[in-house]
Amino acid sequence: MVEAVNMIDSRVAREQNGKAQLAPVIDVRDVTKIYKMGDIEVHALRGVSLTIYPGELVAIMGPSGSGKSTLMNILGCLDQPTSGTYLLDGLDVSKLNDSKLAEIRNRKIGFVFQSFNLLRRTSAIENVEQPLIYANVKAKERRARARAALEAVGLGNRLDHHPSELSGGQQQRVAIARALVNNPAIILADEPTGNLDSKSGAEIMCIFQRLNMERGDTVIFVTHDPRIAAHTRRIIRIADGLIVGDEPVTDPIMACPDQPLPDFKR
Amino acid sequence: MAMNIGIAEAVGLALRAIGANRLRAFLTLIGISIGISAVIALLAIGTGVQDYINGQFASAGTNLLGIVPGRIQRGPGGGPGSFGSSAFLTLGDYRAVAANVPNIEAHAADFTSVGNFAYESRTSQVQVSGVTPSFSRVRNWRPSLGRFIEESDNASRSRVVVLGQTVLKDLFPDEDPIGKQVKINGLPFRVIGAMEAKGASFLGDQDAIAFIPLSTAQERLFPQVAQAQTGDRIVSTIYLQMTSSSVRPQVEAAAREILRERHRLAPDDEDDFSIISQTELLETFGAVTSVLTLFLGAIAAISLLVGGIGIMNIMLVSVTERTREIGLRKAIGATPAAIQGQFLIEAITLSIIGGLLGILLGIGLALGVTRFVDFNAIIQPQAIVLAVGFSAAVGLFFGLYPARRASKLNPIEALRFE
Repeated sequence: MVEAVNMIDSRVAREQNGKAQLAPVIDVRDVTKIYKMGDIEVHALRGVSLTIYPGELVAIMGPSGSGKSTLMNILGCLDQPTSGTYLLDGLDVSKLNDSKLAEIRNRKIGFVFQSFNLLRRTSAIENVEQPLIYANVKAKERRARARAALEAVGLGNRLDHHPSELSGGQQQRVAIARALVNNPAIILADEPTGNLDSKSGAEIMCIFQRLNMERGDTVIFVTHDPRIAAHTRRIIRIADGLIVGDEPVTDPIMACPDQPLPDFKR
Repeated sequence: MAMNIGIAEAVGLALRAIGANRLRAFLTLIGISIGISAVIALLAIGTGVQDYINGQFASAGTNLLGIVPGRIQRGPGGGPGSFGSSAFLTLGDYRAVAANVPNIEAHAADFTSVGNFAYESRTSQVQVSGVTPSFSRVRNWRPSLGRFIEESDNASRSRVVVLGQTVLKDLFPDEDPIGKQVKINGLPFRVIGAMEAKGASFLGDQDAIAFIPLSTAQERLFPQVAQAQTGDRIVSTIYLQMTSSSVRPQVEAAAREILRERHRLAPDDEDDFSIISQTELLETFGAVTSVLTLFLGAIAAISLLVGGIGIMNIMLVSVTERTREIGLRKAIGATPAAIQGQFLIEAITLSIIGGLLGILLGIGLALGVTRFVDFNAIIQPQAIVLAVGFSAAVGLFFGLYPARRASKLNPIEALRFE
């Protein structure tokens, strides 16, 4: 445990040194989002600016109705801001059409949802292959990459199991494999442990932490759960459509047990 | 980079989705199957009927024109085949036409009435045709036994008869007829031959006939009915065999001119005879066939329409049921075009499966029907291609709206859909 904490500390140190050279993976500038509900305008976001660098492990926190989900939808390219700009991996995505956005989601973003959203009657490996189908990856390479992704989340022995034959924690691990199979710039996790018991939840958080530490994956949690936030190294708080807090986590909780885990470097 | 998925992937996804709801898919595609089977059956039967009719006409002799007395009324006025009144054709007409019309390969004439046949205790009532010797050639109908009427029989008005198969079986069930004497309307005739079987057709039993020399019929067997007031002998039909079908207009015009002049018709009088060609008869039967085709086609169209609506309905249900799946697919990078393509291909796959089932059903139907009739169902490869194309088109047309609807779903709301 002590060793692991040291690992994180050294990583943070490295990052702070390197920050000047690194381009941000997420650069949100003065973004607003206004919904029209009948005659009433709802200001979901009222000028949000936010920068996230590659390799960060971040939690975006806020109560329901704070604009947290709206921000996540915009960060995930599922929605577009009313005004302001959003640079994802250096590319302005705030004015792209639906097809372009789909392409960006396919290549730059890996989603993990609270309710897993796996395809029923479809094996684990085929679920993980789905993003690669839309990326026009050939069947053979697809299978190999999906297998590697499932092995990375410790499900190398469950490739042909269907979601109904897997536990909740295992299903969420399939979803994580699906999120990282196309090597996205960011992984967006929306309450990933919300449907899990605490033991499975800890396993999932361990996987995220290891992906972050060992592969340098950028992981952004959107949550209202302080326990999840305590596993990250930075907490961004949002309320009433504005960012009201942005501080580092000095002593993150380590979810992984002490024993060494199988190697799954990128 | 186009974010469209390959067609094989899409068909795979479609088959998986269809397989997930087999019973529902089957019930949906029954409509298409019925429509397609109707198309296949009607094409197979229609082609078979056409083939049969063509065969019948070919066996009646090729490039044949027939001239009959009176005017065959057409159109809404008189019913088809109702004849005009007192006109008739004479032997003189025949000789004039035969001598003067160009582009004729052969010609023949007959005088036909009904005769009562008797041999020992057996009797038979059939048509008796007095014919010229060339009749056999012109009608492409030869004796299978003995010989046909010859010129010398005609010249000497001999009482000789060539029997058709029906009257042959009636009178001589187990006896060699050649040289036997039969009585026609009480007059003795010597049997010199028997015609090969023509079989039954839509024209009736063609073998219920016997042939005697034309002169014998006109002057000895039917002297009263075969004589015009002028004293001239009457013929029932003049046959002209043309050198080719392309000379028909010239042949018809020449024959018409000669006959109008001989019948002393004024320029504004209508013809008192009719010239019938095989082509015309073929067209008449073609028209009957196409009415039938139209009728079966309408049934097919209606069931395809209903089947298509069924597909649209089931696809709309499917889009609603799979809203979350659509949301997820959009989140992981499916473009609107890819989603639309997926659902379109699913609809097309569904209706093509229905089409293939319909093809099997239609072939079975056509073969089943033709077991009970005289002609064969002919299943052409084009019909299969047409049927598959048709079912694909139905799937495409009725799948478009549900597929567009799926492609336009908002991924955020779709993911939240319960």
